[in-house]
Amino acid sequence: MTISIRSVDKQFGRYPALSKVDLEIADGELLALLGPSGSGKTTLLRTIAGLEFPDAGQVLFDGEDVTFASAADRRVGFVFQQYALFKHMTVAKNIAFGLDVRKGKDKPSKAEIAQRVEDLLKLVELDGLGKRYPSQLSGGQRQRVALSRALAVQPSVLLLDEPFGALDATVRKSLRKELRRVHDATGVTTIFVTHDQEEALELADRVAILNKGSIEQIGTPDQVHDQPETAFVCGFVGEANCFEGQVGGGEFKAGALRLPAGGVRDGSATAYVRPHDFVLDDGGFAVRVDRAHVQGALTTVNATAADGRPIEISASRAEAPRFQGTVKIAARKAHVYAA
Amino acid sequence: MAAASHRRATEDPLWAKVLVIGTVMAFLALVLILPLAAVFAEALRKGLDAALLAINNADALAAVKLTLITAAIAVPFNAAFGLCASWAIAKHDFKGKPLLITLIDLPFSVSPVVAGLIYVLIFGLQGWFGDYLVDNDIKIIFAVPGIVLATVFVTFPFVARELIPLMQEQGTAEEEAAVSMGASGLTTFWRVTAPNVRWGLMYGVLLCNARAMGEFGAVSVVSGHIRGLTNTMPLHVEILYNEYDFVGAFAVAALLCLLAVVTLVLKTALEIVQPGVRGRGGH
Amino acid sequence: MWRARTLDDDQTMTAETAARRPPAPPSKRTLFRRRSAIPGFGLTMGVTLTVLSLIVLIPLSAVVLKAAQQSPAEFWAVATSQRSLAAYRLSFGAAFVAAVINGVFGVLTAWALVRYDFPGKTLVNALVDLPFALPTAVAGIALATLYAPTGWVGQFLTPLGIKAAYNPVGVTIALIFIGLPFVVRTIEPVLRDAAEDVEEAAASLGANRIDTILRIVLPALAPAWLTGFAMAFARGVGEYGSVIFIAGNMPYKSEIAPLLIIIQLEQFEYARAATIAVVMLTVSFTMLLVINAIQAWARRFD
Repeated sequence: MTISIRSVDKQFGRYPALSKVDLEIADGELLALLGPSGSGKTTLLRTIAGLEFPDAGQVLFDGEDVTFASAADRRVGFVFQQYALFKHMTVAKNIAFGLDVRKGKDKPSKAEIAQRVEDLLKLVELDGLGKRYPSQLSGGQRQRVALSRALAVQPSVLLLDEPFGALDATVRKSLRKELRRVHDATGVTTIFVTHDQEEALELADRVAILNKGSIEQIGTPDQVHDQPETAFVCGFVGEANCFEGQVGGGEFKAGALRLPAGGVRDGSATAYVRPHDFVLDDGGFAVRVDRAHVQGALTTVNATAADGRPIEISASRAEAPRFQGTVKIAARKAHVYAA
Repeated sequence: MAAASHRRATEDPLWAKVLVIGTVMAFLALVLILPLAAVFAEALRKGLDAALLAINNADALAAVKLTLITAAIAVPFNAAFGLCASWAIAKHDFKGKPLLITLIDLPFSVSPVVAGLIYVLIFGLQGWFGDYLVDNDIKIIFAVPGIVLATVFVTFPFVARELIPLMQEQGTAEEEAAVSMGASGLTTFWRVTAPNVRWGLMYGVLLCNARAMGEFGAVSVVSGHIRGLTNTMPLHVEILYNEYDFVGAFAVAALLCLLAVVTLVLKTALEIVQPGVRGRGGH
Repeated sequence: MWRARTLDDDQTMTAETAARRPPAPPSKRTLFRRRSAIPGFGLTMGVTLTVLSLIVLIPLSAVVLKAAQQSPAEFWAVATSQRSLAAYRLSFGAAFVAAVINGVFGVLTAWALVRYDFPGKTLVNALVDLPFALPTAVAGIALATLYAPTGWVGQFLTPLGIKAAYNPVGVTIALIFIGLPFVVRTIEPVLRDAAEDVEEAAASLGANRIDTILRIVLPALAPAWLTGFAMAFARGVGEYGSVIFIAGNMPYKSEIAPLLIIIQLEQFEYARAATIAVVMLTVSFTMLLVINAIQAWARRFD
């Protein structure tokens, strides 16, 4: 199912949670809403689910206006950060709930419901746990139950609010793969909210980056990482050294640092350089190496420029011995944004 | 297009809200407000002067005095016990803790009449110490000590059950820090624990006091209803009521209502100042 | 390179430390307490147990001992005499009906206090505790006056053929007054802490509001509701002050069990009084066990 968000506004009291948000989501897509806390990403997700209603704008499902349709009428699967499982029901009852509350001829037979529950438990690799209560499951297992409960109603869209936020790192990684697998198996349009850029970049087909209630950029993980369109995206996605300086005549200057800045208007500007875009270069500027730290295949270097700016450099493991004393470096790529 | 017209998933429809609030208001008015209003209306039935006269006489004043004396003994006693018990229970770890807490709570589940009866069985004429007390001319039952004892019993758990969960929630880290810096147990208590639990203590004392001044059943059994000597205010209300002196009964009752209202106002104020102060469950 | 070396060093260190470490000290556990850094346990526990025994436990045992002075046959005859049975029926029956009524209105009151905003909410919230703060005798004479045939409320009931005072209906009315805050105040915190996301989950799964309330919200409240119900019931069974004025106190008809104790006492039938007291204590303790069991059961789902 395609989803269109058309210039949606939402205020909480005097605090604008969403302003003029436009977003098109293609059928079968896996989209991440990425942003810091308070950026409006959860509000956007809940607006799509029908758990919040916008002050202005439209939400369309397959071209049909559902802006003010109730959550119950939208057939969305929603997975909550804290699972929101029904504590007094078994796992199987939890999963069956969405089918069980249907009325009349929409309601599947008992056998059909049981079969569906069985299939879903298999899909999320929880076979045999149907009779347990949520309190008897681990966090990861609970989130799998929440996922299969949302899938049970064969939702037209699956929405996940920080689905892995409450889990520890290892479980998180395996559930990430699981979500991708389930998405590929069902083909359901999926939108998930996260503040973890690694999670968004690894899992999603496209990433929408939100800041202060607006979408800063939408693109594939590669696009938002390599071609950030705004200073916020550049700073938020991936590691970056940030420099405040001046642009004049197509060149950015900050201390001894010189960067090409074609097309940026003159005046104060901010430049971002990824740690791996700094390379040793005898024609570059001098920095003092404070610490070179080998981790896996990479060397992370903490250095200080002549004017006292801290600079982080990422190099290959083999280069580690060369980062000693004072070295000269240059940026092979930079993003410069007018302030 | 205003969002206000669209109901969120956790919100009830307006008609349901109106129905629920209306039902609750009507029920509370019938069950709670009406009795309160009736007390004042009956007290003032023959005018303010008649009501004041009913309060301002020797028997009534003696009852007020006895009620104040009883509360002045029972409340501090139970407050001290509550502090002691909560320190032992909340700040230390031992076997049988749930049992001890249940035992402390026990007086809440005992009928007030039984609470009075147990002291009659011990200190009454035919009781365990009956002969000894008669020989030494000590009166407990049908005298002030019995009233105090029965009151202590029925208000026994109030402060402790307020403080135990509060102290447990606060843990032992601050006390351990104080002790590790060389503070003595008493210093630790006064300078670290007491300031942390003072609101809870006040809350417990407030409820304890309301019950101590208002207790009827237990006190009724041990009092003997001797006017001017062993009548507390609630007992005085009963006597006047049974003598068909309704203005008198309701005038004294109105005084007790004022006590209840003051208690509720202070209680609400405490809950506003310190939102976590309300313990779980009823009393 | 240096990283690997550090790791090795660490391992060596750990092995050495482990070798040098003295054998684990015997667990410092005195008879029933783990050693704690906080002083004062002996003193405060001593005072607690002493006072508890003197004020509560020993006096309570007196009533059991007194009742035990009779032969089992005598005990049984008093405990199950027609008059006693009628009194239990009234006390338990009225307490049960009152607790059911409070169960309904208590949930509504707690729901309104937690979920809705309305004018006078602070006042209503304070007022709910009135039965805790108002002396029971005051409540008793007020209710008797209100529901007497000529009272503010009674005058409207009399033409309808309803007699609401000086009979079991009156007893029930008094126990509704006494029990209300128990139900409201046990449900309220649970409702307040209940995450709204489960309701949103139910809605997103297609449940309408009524299904959500009946199948999700109320079942989750069940343990608190049962606890509040049991507390209101237990209090109602033993209640005396608020009931006595409105009850009528007719033997076999409107005589509550606590009153029967007092009547026996006034006739100096101490053993008989103790017998009925023992029956009531047994019920109280059973209710306590029931309440604890409900709460243990509820914790299983957390």
